[in-house]
Amino acid sequence: MKKKVLSVLLALTMTAGLLVGCGSSTETKTDTAKEETTEETTEAPAKEETTEKKADEKTDDTASADGIAGKTFAIVVKSAGNPYNQKEAEGFQQIIEANGGTCIIKEPEAATADAQVSVIQSLISQGVDSISIAANDENALQSALQEAMDAGIKVSCLDSKVNKDSRSTFVNQAGTQEIGQALMDAVYDITGGSGQWAVLSATSQATNQNAWIDAMKSIMTEDKYKDLELVEVAYGDDEPQKSTDQTQALLSKYPELKVICAPTTVGISAAAKVLQDQKSTVKLTGLGLPSEMAEYIGDDDAHSCPYMFLWNPIELGNLGAYTAMALVQGDITGAVGDTFEAGDMANSPYTLTDAGDGGSEIILGAPFKFDPSNIAEWKDVY
Amino acid sequence: MEKKSVWKKITGSREASLVIVLIVLCIIVEILNPTFLSPTNIGQIFRNNALTMIMALGMLCILLTGGIDISITSILAFSGMSVGMLLKYDILHNTFLLFLIAAAIGLVAGGLNGLIISKGKVTPIICTMGFMYIWRGLAYVMSNSAWASGEDVAGFSDFGKDGSIGPYVLLVLVYMIFFVMMKWSKFGRKIYAVGSNAEAARISGINVDRILTSAYAIMGLLAGICGALSVAIYASAQPNMQYGKEMDVIAACVIGGVSMSGGRGTVVGTFFGALIMAIIAKALPLVGIDSIAQNTVKGVIILAVVLLNVITQRVMDKQNLERREM
Repeated sequence: MKKKVLSVLLALTMTAGLLVGCGSSTETKTDTAKEETTEETTEAPAKEETTEKKADEKTDDTASADGIAGKTFAIVVKSAGNPYNQKEAEGFQQIIEANGGTCIIKEPEAATADAQVSVIQSLISQGVDSISIAANDENALQSALQEAMDAGIKVSCLDSKVNKDSRSTFVNQAGTQEIGQALMDAVYDITGGSGQWAVLSATSQATNQNAWIDAMKSIMTEDKYKDLELVEVAYGDDEPQKSTDQTQALLSKYPELKVICAPTTVGISAAAKVLQDQKSTVKLTGLGLPSEMAEYIGDDDAHSCPYMFLWNPIELGNLGAYTAMALVQGDITGAVGDTFEAGDMANSPYTLTDAGDGGSEIILGAPFKFDPSNIAEWKDVY
Repeated sequence: MEKKSVWKKITGSREASLVIVLIVLCIIVEILNPTFLSPTNIGQIFRNNALTMIMALGMLCILLTGGIDISITSILAFSGMSVGMLLKYDILHNTFLLFLIAAAIGLVAGGLNGLIISKGKVTPIICTMGFMYIWRGLAYVMSNSAWASGEDVAGFSDFGKDGSIGPYVLLVLVYMIFFVMMKWSKFGRKIYAVGSNAEAARISGINVDRILTSAYAIMGLLAGICGALSVAIYASAQPNMQYGKEMDVIAACVIGGVSMSGGRGTVVGTFFGALIMAIIAKALPLVGIDSIAQNTVKGVIILAVVLLNVITQRVMDKQNLERREM
């Protein structure tokens, strides 16, 4: 009897644990997913502001080049051995050297804040003029970066930010609005302007994904998209297994479904596999890693994804370099509303906007489109 | 009298009550969404839950001994990442060999669990918790947090592709082996003996330590195989794969009537338990339950089935007692 009571108790605790486990596992998952796919993770701005461009504050271009020669610009990426980081650093180096500056690339061995702290300290003692960093931790670098700023070094971050007290400004690879617009237009284009579509997201509490989905929903209220019907937002929790289940469920629930939009790298590759294996007529778009998605991208019926988006790490490096130069020359101070020229980059001049955390940010622009014409070239990059 | 014997038959077997639960679940879901019982959907249920179903067998062995193993999905991730890396860097492309390597990795990992638990007298939950972090961590370290993706594992993933019979064959094979092993082999019976009363088993000449070690080694072996299978089915090796899913495996066993205190549980019961978990996973998104509420519903169903199990067990015990008194 005692044993039986014990076993019932254990069974109950177990199931209770399962419930709790389910909740917390998804939370931790977001964290790990964040670590892994740093390239896709932005500390998304909670608030998105459309600021007026103050073109009158534009600075003189010819003066710029002179101020750069002889100056040293350092970029600290997240870690060595990651092709995405390398492309980012390459993009940075390219612009700095084209403008006559000296570029130092630092790649810590591990993607930890500790490793970056010691790199920052060695850069301070080298006496560089600027540090651009893709942070491994939002807060842990604060004392090292403040020390750098006290030493007169201009500190900016790119790809993944540090808190507002540790930086002048943040080069954000993807604005919520831009991503929402790009995805919405893709859905519009692939469906042919009308019909049912669904979203396959990460977890229901994933900040980035929710912000992007909300942006899509608000864009969808425009008259142009009135014939599109968003039937469901499904959550695959960034697990291949659950994403597969959710994709299959979407297919059987909505026989009229035309497009699935998955703004998450795990979700999009799981959905791509389901659709392609089943030879489904439903098409896919979203945000994905080229290396994960190469097999599924194509215009014909044999491929499930006509095109998808992510940002371009080289351009992110480029903009990081222009930002660092603008800071060193004093063209910008990091205040919201500052404007600077970024060579022949598509969206130049750039304006600093409110990052939503009390600091400022610069948004790179619309995400980069991966389609059959360029996927072969990008799949080996990251 | 006739009526009673039917009642007895139903209540006399825990598996029977599970089948009833299964049928009721299926009918409800089928009414809510008529596509549920289509052949493709049923195929997908087995394919997409093959990992849980296979690992549940290993967990059965361990729960029978009165232990628990929460390191299984970490072992799975480590073996899966090993396979992924071998494929990514073009070292090995032979599907059979890759499965063999994954199985060997799992066997070693499980054996380590077993040795530490049996020889080191470490509580199973603590020992496997340690390895849960170790293997998961090593999966990240080995891959440098990168993934082996669709194209890297192309060819190998044909084994688990939609339409391939690979996962089904593996599933049937493993279940057949376990059914025979647990019911008729000496080893299988010894596991039950150890779980029911370790002291009595020791006195009757069973090497308890060896049985314990073997149980964990078998679990590891299955987790290792599932690592390779996971890469094949999802065409992707990620260090965080199947994170947190060990709970689903344990739940499958518990639903299947496996006692957490050891000694009681069957392969057939485990099969039905795992199938119920699989159907829950498949059905919840289908019947239009809001995504964010799905976990809650899942928990409620699990609890309900387990409670039903307990009640069935109580009726069974009572009947047995009555028979003896007669």
